Amino acid sequence: MKVLAVTEQRDGALRKVSHEVVAAARSLADQSGGSVDAVVLGAGAVAGMDQLGGFGADQVLHGTHADFALYSPDGASATIASIGAEYGAIVFASTAMGRDLAPRVAARLGVSCANDVTALGVDGSAVTVTRPIYAGKVLQHGKLTGKTAIVSVRPNTFHPVASGKAGSVSALSVPAFTARAVSKGVKKPDAALLDVTEASVVISGGRGLKEPANFKLLEDLAAAFGNAAVGASRAVVDAGWRDHGEQVGQTGKTVSPQLYIAVGISGAIQHLAGMRTARTIVAINRDKDAPIFKVADYGIVGDLFEVLPRLTEEVKKLRSS
Amino acid sequence: MKIAVCLKRVPDTTAKIVIGASRTAIDEAGVKFVPNPYDEFALEAAIALKEQAGTGETTVIAVGTDASQETLRTALAMGIDRAVLLQSAGSADGLAVARVLAAELKAGAYDLILFGKLAVDDYNHQVGVMVAELLDLPCISAAAKMTLSGTAIEADREIEGGVEVMGCSLPAVVTCDKGLNNPRLPSLKGIMAAKKKPLDVKPVTLDGASFEITGLELPAERQAGRIVGEGADAVPALLALLRNEAKVL
Repeated sequence: MKVLAVTEQRDGALRKVSHEVVAAARSLADQSGGSVDAVVLGAGAVAGMDQLGGFGADQVLHGTHADFALYSPDGASATIASIGAEYGAIVFASTAMGRDLAPRVAARLGVSCANDVTALGVDGSAVTVTRPIYAGKVLQHGKLTGKTAIVSVRPNTFHPVASGKAGSVSALSVPAFTARAVSKGVKKPDAALLDVTEASVVISGGRGLKEPANFKLLEDLAAAFGNAAVGASRAVVDAGWRDHGEQVGQTGKTVSPQLYIAVGISGAIQHLAGMRTARTIVAINRDKDAPIFKVADYGIVGDLFEVLPRLTEEVKKLRSS
Repeated sequence: MKIAVCLKRVPDTTAKIVIGASRTAIDEAGVKFVPNPYDEFALEAAIALKEQAGTGETTVIAVGTDASQETLRTALAMGIDRAVLLQSAGSADGLAVARVLAAELKAGAYDLILFGKLAVDDYNHQVGVMVAELLDLPCISAAAKMTLSGTAIEADREIEGGVEVMGCSLPAVVTCDKGLNNPRLPSLKGIMAAKKKPLDVKPVTLDGASFEITGLELPAERQAGRIVGEGADAVPALLALLRNEAKVL
């Protein structure tokens, strides 16, 4: 099966999740005896595209257009759809861009798509998927039987392996398109924050933080880890303490980091659904009977205002040693 | 302005989910069903836009069995003018659902078509965007903020590590994210009025599916771990476990 991996770039550099997309595409190609092409769209050269060979791409297809400096929904879908029918499967990342783009390409190719996939397989000419639904309360197993199977894979789920092999880069022609919806730019927060879905460590806070300003304690701990993002429970998002983008749970995001630290979160069912696939869960809570301790690997019962500063201090020590 | 909102009936987010005997669908017995929470942002946006304009018509459309009539009435009680039920057992295939919606929407010549960004049951996360493609309309997905001036829409969508500002012109499709507004609750007067509002039932056939569910399972329960200790003094022991046992540091 020929597989197309759709990469993502921002500000002229490939995003890390692109390596995961190539790894997922590689696994499909290897299971079916096929090859992987990786498509890179940019206004010009994209930093990192020549290293995609090392992550499993046999060929890199590079499409350039002035509109591709930012995300161009219409341009990207027209370009990918123009070559899409040649592939048995097209793999996207289940990110803001991938979830916008995958259905566009699917509709243009006249097939369905499976988003937020955590496992991929091959069954004859069909692609099999596993997807958490109901925010992770249920796992759905399904089968894509169209001529081209379109999937987006959950970040932090498919692990890239770098081999250092070079990949050949060839030019991809971009068809004429009408830019109907256009990106006018990206507003970035003051600090370069990691997203909860992509960070390898997520530190989430709930009502136990008592007031919005105390989230500084979580931000300090995240900074000490370095590769961490701050998340929030629905209660504190609904109260307006934190942005919805940080919400973990059924009406927020589902996360699968290496380490999830729940601070002052009791553990409502809809929150647990969003973080149960984390590799290791730590809970810090004053109430030893809080439901969060039933899913946590390690717990500390105590006052978070004492535990957090100490934890931050110890993590800093560990990082500098 | 003519605004359409596409709505799905889903289990309440607090519901415990049990897998049905078929192993490909959930057991609906005893489950409370509600309008999809993200669709409520779309309903609120439609009602508020009509209120601001002072004129126009709002329509809510659902694909589903007769059980969805109750969900459509909830939307009418919030303030939507009329409802259409595309009567069908539904499908796991996003494109099959998008096709019947697109056929109905095309006939209505709407200026603005709103969806929730995803449905919290099957997390398919595709129907709204597919409808836009099928109708050849511009689409902004997952809008957490939206302003309309004349026929120009500007919307913010949250992306990893930032906010992307998107623009397009009407007619268009927008899928709605949390943050867009605070959906109103139906008033008693609204509930009474909803009973008299038109609700058309149109049988449809969903076909051409290329995605099928082969099985559902409950994820493995996580085993409860251990309490490392109490208070700040437990921190060094915790870090040692994370490093040496869990190997995540």
